[in-house]
Order: sequence, then structure tokens, then C-alpha cells
Amino acid sequence: MRTKYDLRGKDPLFTGIVYLILIAALVCLLFPFLYVVSSSFATEHEILNRGFFLLPKEWTIEAYGYLLSNANFLGAFENSVVITVCGTAINIVLTSLMAYGLSKTWLKGRRLLNFLVLFTMIFSGGIIPTYLVIRELGLINSYWALYLNMAIAPFNLIVMRSFFQSIPNELEEAARIDGCSELRLFLRIIIPLSMPSIATFTLFYAVFNWNTYFYAILFINDSADWPLQVYLRQMLVVSSSGMEAESGDFRYTPAVKMAAVIITALPLLVVYPFLQKHFNKGMMLGSVKG
Amino acid sequence: MRQEAGLNVSRVGGRRGEAWKEWRRGFPLYLMILPGLLFFLIFRYIPMGGILIAFQDFNPFGGFFKSEWVGFAHFARLFGEPDFWSLLRNTMVLSALNLFLFFPAPILIAVVLNEVRRQWFRKVVQTVIYMPHFLSWVVVVGITVILFSTQEGAVNKALVNSGMSPLEVMTDPDFFRWTYLIQNIWKEAGWNAIIFLAALASINPTLYEAAVVDGANRWRQIWHVTLPALRSVIIILFILRLGHVMDIGFEHIYLMQNSLNLSVSDVFDTYVYRTGVLQGEFSYTTAVGLFKSCVGLVLIILANKLSKKFGEEGVY
Repeated sequence: MRTKYDLRGKDPLFTGIVYLILIAALVCLLFPFLYVVSSSFATEHEILNRGFFLLPKEWTIEAYGYLLSNANFLGAFENSVVITVCGTAINIVLTSLMAYGLSKTWLKGRRLLNFLVLFTMIFSGGIIPTYLVIRELGLINSYWALYLNMAIAPFNLIVMRSFFQSIPNELEEAARIDGCSELRLFLRIIIPLSMPSIATFTLFYAVFNWNTYFYAILFINDSADWPLQVYLRQMLVVSSSGMEAESGDFRYTPAVKMAAVIITALPLLVVYPFLQKHFNKGMMLGSVKG
Repeated sequence: MRQEAGLNVSRVGGRRGEAWKEWRRGFPLYLMILPGLLFFLIFRYIPMGGILIAFQDFNPFGGFFKSEWVGFAHFARLFGEPDFWSLLRNTMVLSALNLFLFFPAPILIAVVLNEVRRQWFRKVVQTVIYMPHFLSWVVVVGITVILFSTQEGAVNKALVNSGMSPLEVMTDPDFFRWTYLIQNIWKEAGWNAIIFLAALASINPTLYEAAVVDGANRWRQIWHVTLPALRSVIIILFILRLGHVMDIGFEHIYLMQNSLNLSVSDVFDTYVYRTGVLQGEFSYTTAVGLFKSCVGLVLIILANKLSKKFGEEGVY
């Protein structure tokens, strides 16, 4: 259906402007990132003395070697992996179960439940009451504070619900006639059918969990339990504002800071291109209301 | 039994039997909903009840039931505080930047990308413009520091080396708002283009053909076909953003904030975090948060009305 562009007429000036805008956008997006990548492989001498460059004269992987042998950094990385894996598992299980339940239009009380979900998107108790509830539950300094406080993103729940609603009813009827229970139906038929959508939401939740900073500093006080984002922030701020003396930390070299930025960003950047084709679909469903 | 219940409920039994059957049929579904429901009740609705402490002098040791009620005292304090107007102004300025300068960026990207004929180029551009969305604010602000910190930033070193004075992006308050805007565009404009691209993918190509027959060049095709196709998405999203004027990205602002730019970077959320969590003024800051939430709620309801007025479906 698409690529009937030829019929739309040729206009070299127009095409030129289109490509110019997009290439300018690509350069602006990639440039800062490439600078960080390339200087993470540069020697300290070069970073300190040469202003701005995209190719180091002398390559070294010293910075990565240093980070990968630094127990604190590895510990923070491990914390982030734990938080992301457990958090995302809880997110996706709770979200898909609830979304499936709410996708049944005949279910009694569905309207009330939908309203309860929707209302949390437009009104909230705010930071302090949430913090106090977590504290009362004794979850401060526990990863359960992170897992449970953000267990379901209402927007994802609603999109997933519309997705489940779009699965043809006949399929279920047939399965039920064959004596399939509701749970089996969900696990054996609905989930396999929804894999692309579930993979996309797993990625969205994983992005949130991996990148979370605020909730970690809010709920986790013990620096040994900090996730990578908090540790990275500490590395960048401590060593660029002259606070190192009071914190007792030594000074990180610029290359080490840049390598830390890259390692923090890398896991998600490696994954997202594989799921990219599903994004469009997921967002489209978002505009469908149930 | 179960198969039968699944098939046709209305045929079997009287009204009570019918209701019972429906509950029975729904039972496994209620079980599936239960964990999620508990989450919403405990971690969303109990805190909503917790806003009552905004009207108390909350005593962390006595707890909710032993604290004294003080009525609207905390609100009176908030509105009397000189900080209040600066918080409101900063929030409004950053929101206005988002509404009027960030908002058009994804539309521009989508429209331009829609004009690209070569599929591989389109794919490459899409992959690259989505990339920054997957970086955390810590990383994005970190990259900004690496490039622009006054002493060590690469750009500033290059400027100094060539005899110019450095840009104090991180510390000069005059830079804060523009840096905030540019970072926002850098990180999220490409990602936000997705929804517009999806709307453009559903345009019927015959519309363009018809436009060509009518003598429209490529510019006029954008004006008469592409943009009208985006109209309702644009209106809905703009109104949605209008409703979220008070939410301007806590993490982002908090990470960019320092004692030098506080006069322009302090917003309600950062103020609540500093005064509430770090200094322990729970009741007062709950009142601040409640004020923010209420303004947000009113804005969303107005925005929804507005959307219906425009002949669009409501947002909810």
C-alpha cells in the first residue's frame, strides 16, 4: 500500500531539505554519545589536553579494566540487575493478570475497577504520604519498596487490557468447550498469542527499573544496596564538584567516568532495536479505549 | 458444569442462580485481578487517604491517630511563603517551554520522516532517534556535565583553547531553562514521534494521489493531507499535556539542580523532597503536594472538557 512516493512528484529542493533536517537530527543525537564512547577509550592525558575529538590518537581500555575490577561498581551493577529482573517480573505478572481480568466485558464490578485504575492516573497522594506508607510497612532499605510501590503502571495496564480485548472471543469459546480452565486458557492460549505485546511491555518496565534513580534515593539509604544509577551519579558529581575530600572518595579519571556512563547505558541500548518493530503497534493500541 | 457456564449463562436457572453462575464464572478472573487490586489499594489509595495529614501537625512518633489537627494552617503557610510564587513561576515557565517548544518537535520529526522514500534510511533514523529514550536521566545529565562542565567539559575546553570564554551551562541560572528544554528534546522528541508516525501510517495513499491530480506540490501535500491526518492526535495529545502542566519531570530537574541555579530550577516536587523527606516536615509538604495534585486534577478535568468541545473523544 505504501511507497507510492513516485506518484507524489519529484522536487529536489524539497527532498534535499528533508534529508538535511534528518541528517542534522542524527548528528545532534549521536555526537554527544559518540564523544563519550570514544573518549572512554582515550588516555587521561589526551582527554585533559585535547579539547573535543571523536577519534582518540591512542586507544586504551584501562578505564573499563578499572571499573570491572572495582568491587563497588560491580556491586552496584549487580544490584541493578537484581532490581531489574525481579522488579520487571513482578510488573509483568501483576499487570498481565489484572489486564486479562479487566478485559472481560461481562465481569461484574469491572467498571468500578477500571475507574479505580484510571483515577490513579489523574490524582495521587503525593510523595510524602507514599513515603510514609512505605515506611510504616517497614520497607525502607528493602528492594520490596521499589518492586511494590511501582508494581503496575496504569497506562501499561490499560494498553494491555485493550490488547487482550482485541483477541477474538471464538478462540476462548472453543478452548472452553474443550474443558479448558480459565487459568489454563490464560497460560496456554492468551499468553502465547500476546508474546509480542508482553515482550514490549517487559522492555518498557525493564527500562523503568534499570533507569530508576529517584525511588532508589528515596527508599534505599544503605550505599551498598544502591543501584547503578545512584552509584553513577555519585561518581559524576563527587568528582566534578570538588567534594571528594569530604566524602573520602578518590578522584575518578574522566575516562573512568565516561566508561561508567557507557556501561550504565549499554544493556538497554543492546536490547531495544530487537523489539522496535512492536513499538508502533503497542502505541496504536494505546489509542483504543475499552 | 464449567463448560456449560462458559457457553451461555442466561439460559440456565432463575435470576439468583444466574447471578451465582456469573460470580462463579468470574471467580478465577477475580483471583487474577486481586494482586493488582491490592497494589492499587495499598500503594495508591492508602497514600491518597494519607493526604489528611496535610491538615494535621503530623507527629512521626505518635503516628496518624495521635497527631493534632490544624485545619488549613499549612496551606496558609504555603501561600504566604515567598518561595511559593517562585515555585509556581518556575513550574509554569518550564511547562510553557514543554507545551510550545517541545511539543512541536516530534510532529516535525514524524512529518519529515514520512517524506523519506528510502526504507533503509527511514529505519536507521528511527532506530537512532529512539535511542536516547532508553538512557536514564542520570546518564543524560551526566553526558551534559561531561560536555559542558565549566572546568572539565569538552566543549568548554575547546572554547577556551580557541580563546573564547567557557559557557557556564551547569551553573549559570540563565542557561537552566534552555538546557532543560534541549535535553528534553534530545531525549524524548524522537520517541514521542512514534504516535504521530503511527497516525501517518494509516493515511490512505490515494489522498496523496488525489492531491497530485489537483496540482499540489510536496509542500502543499504536507499542508493539505499530512497535517490534517494528524489533527486529532495533535489536539488530544496537546490537551493531555495541558492537563499535566504540573508534572515536569522530577528526576530530570532534581539532577540538574544545584545551589547556584535553585532560583530558576526549584519546582514543587523538588521542594517537597528537600523540605519533606530530607528535613522531615511531613505535614507541610503533604499540603504542598496536595496543592499540586489538586491543580493537576482540575487541569485534567478542564482539558477533557476542552477536548470534547473540539469534537474529539474525551481523553478518558
